Amino acid sequence: MNSRSTIPLLFERSRKGRKAFDLPPIDVPKTEHPIPAGLTGGEPPLPELSEVEVVRHYTALARRNFGVDDGFYPLGSCTMKYNPKINEEMPSLFEDIHPLCDFETAQGALDMMLGLEKALCEITGMDKFTLQPAAGAHGELTGLMMIKAYHEANNQHERNIMIVPDSAHGTNPASAAMAGFKVLEIKSAPDGGVDLEALKAAVNEKTAGLMLTNPSTLGLFESNIKEIAQIVHGAGGLLYYDGANLNAIMGIVRPGDMGFDVMHLNLHKTFSTPHGGGGPGAGPVGVKKGLMPYLPKPVLAEKDGKAFFDYERTMSIGKVKSFYGNFDVLVKAYAYILSLGGEGLREASENAVLNANYIQKKLSGTYHIEHDRLCMHECVITPGELSKYGIHTLDIAKALIDRGFHPPTIYFPLIVKEAMMIEPTETESRETLDAFVDAMLEIAEIAKADPEALHAAPVTTPVGRPDDVAAARKPVVRWEENE
Amino acid sequence: MTPNDRKYTKEHEWVKINGSIAEIGITDHAQQALGDIVFVELPNIDDTVSAGDSAAVVESVKAVSNIYTAAEGRIVEVNESLDERPELLNENPYENFIFKVEFTKVDENALISAEEYDAFVESEA
Repeated sequence: MNSRSTIPLLFERSRKGRKAFDLPPIDVPKTEHPIPAGLTGGEPPLPELSEVEVVRHYTALARRNFGVDDGFYPLGSCTMKYNPKINEEMPSLFEDIHPLCDFETAQGALDMMLGLEKALCEITGMDKFTLQPAAGAHGELTGLMMIKAYHEANNQHERNIMIVPDSAHGTNPASAAMAGFKVLEIKSAPDGGVDLEALKAAVNEKTAGLMLTNPSTLGLFESNIKEIAQIVHGAGGLLYYDGANLNAIMGIVRPGDMGFDVMHLNLHKTFSTPHGGGGPGAGPVGVKKGLMPYLPKPVLAEKDGKAFFDYERTMSIGKVKSFYGNFDVLVKAYAYILSLGGEGLREASENAVLNANYIQKKLSGTYHIEHDRLCMHECVITPGELSKYGIHTLDIAKALIDRGFHPPTIYFPLIVKEAMMIEPTETESRETLDAFVDAMLEIAEIAKADPEALHAAPVTTPVGRPDDVAAARKPVVRWEENE
Repeated sequence: MTPNDRKYTKEHEWVKINGSIAEIGITDHAQQALGDIVFVELPNIDDTVSAGDSAAVVESVKAVSNIYTAAEGRIVEVNESLDERPELLNENPYENFIFKVEFTKVDENALISAEEYDAFVESEA
C-alpha cells in the first residue's frame, strides 16, 4: 500500500465524454446564455471521469492520510487530542433550523450558544464571550481590534505598540500587525519566561498591550504572571491571552484571574472539535467587563427569559463573521464540556500535563531537555549529543513516520535550536506513550550506529523527503495541460 | 574564516563601514543555522531606520528571521539580486550584502570584532 507510486491527478485520468451523472432533459424553453460570448472564456478544463474512478481516487488519497484517528499525533502546540465521535452527532439536533429564521423560533440554538458562553466564562474567568471568530488567529485579530477600540475610546491614540515575547506563536505578531499595531519583540529570560526587566524597559505611554501564552510555547508555566500584569497595566496597556495552550490549565487556574483582559480559545484544540483538514475551527474571544462595549455585534443577550441577538451596540468593532460563527463547532465543543463537566475538564488537563512529563522524563538522558524542570502539557527536547553523529531534528521526525507516529512540531519554538515540541494530550494510553518513547530511544540508537539510515527516512511512505527548497523557491501550484 | 574587515552583531549580522555607508549582511554561521534560504524581504530605498530596527526579513525552509540594523539612517541601496537568487546568502554570505544604510549614527555597543564574534558563536553552541 505504501509503495513509492504516485497517484495520477484527476486531470490526468480524464477521458473526453466520461461522466458520473445525467442531468434530466430541459423541459422549459432554452434561453440565451446570460453571459455574453466574449466574456465566458470558454469551457473550463474540468476533468471528466466516471463515478467509480472518482471514488477510488479519493479513497486512495485517504489511505495515505494520517489523522488522530489513525495514530499518535504529538504535534506540539496543536493539541491533537482525540475527538469523541458523539460530538459529531450533536449538530444534527439542530439540522432543521435556518440561520435566517427568527430568533423566537431558534431559542434552542441560542440557548445552546448562551450555555457555551457561560461555560467558557466559568472556565476562563472572563465576563463575556463572542462566538463569532472562525479560528485562533481570527480570534487574535478580533481581540486586538477591541484593544484598539478601547484605547481610542479613551483618547489614547498614541498607544500603538503591541509587545510580544520572542517565544510567541507566529500568529501573535502577525495579528498585531494586521490590526495596525507596531510589534515590539522582547527577549525571553534564560529560564524561558518573560524577562521582567526587559518588559519594564519596554512599556511606556505608547504601549497598547502585551500578548502572552501561558503556559508559554516552551511548555512552561509563567509564574511571574501577576507581576507581568502589574507592569503592563501600570503602564496603561492591556493583557491579551493566547489560549493556544489552555489545555494545560483547564479547571486549575483561569486567565481572567491572572490579570488578562481579553483572550481567545481554540475550540478545535482544547475543546476537542476536529481541526486541520477536519475543521472548520472556532476561536471564541472572551473579555473582561471594561472591554464588553467593543465586542463584535450582534451580542447574544437575554431578556424576559428569552435569548436574542443585540445589534444595538454603538461602540462595537462590528461583525467579524457571517452569521454567528461556525455553529456546528460550537455544538461539538459544548457537548464535550457537558460530557466532561468541571471535574472532567480538570482531570483532562492534569492528565495532559502528566503525559507530557512522563515522556520528558523517559527521554531525558538520551535527548537533551532544554529546560529541565517540570513541564506543562508539552515538552521541548533537542537531539543533544546525537548531533555529533550528524543527526538533526528533521531526521528524527522523519524516522518517526516510519514507526507509525506523526512527528512532533519541529524547529519551534524559534528560540530553541533544533527544537522538537511534543504534546501527547490526555487522550493517549500509557501503552501508546511507551511505544512512542521506545521508538524515540530506538531512533537514538540508530543515530549512533548507522546515521545514514536516518538520513534516508522515511522509507515506508509514498514520498520520501519532499524537496522543501525547490518547493519554496519554484512552487508549481497549478496543473497545466501541456506540462 | 570570519573576515576581519568588518564588525559583527550578536544577532549574526555583519556590518561593513565605508565612509558614511554601512553595508549589512548575515554571517556564515547565520546562513548555516537557517538552512536553505528561499526568500529575502528587502527594505525600501529611502526608508529611515533606527538602530535595533528590523530592516529586512530572511526566510529559510526552517524559519523566518528578522535582520536588524545597528546603523541608523536612510536605506540607500538594497541587493536586488537576492529577489531572484536568495541562495546567494547561503553560497557567499560575506560577499552579498542585504542593504546599505547612509548612517547618522552607529550603535557601537552592539558591534563586536570577528574574533569576539567567533568566541560568541562558540559559547552559544
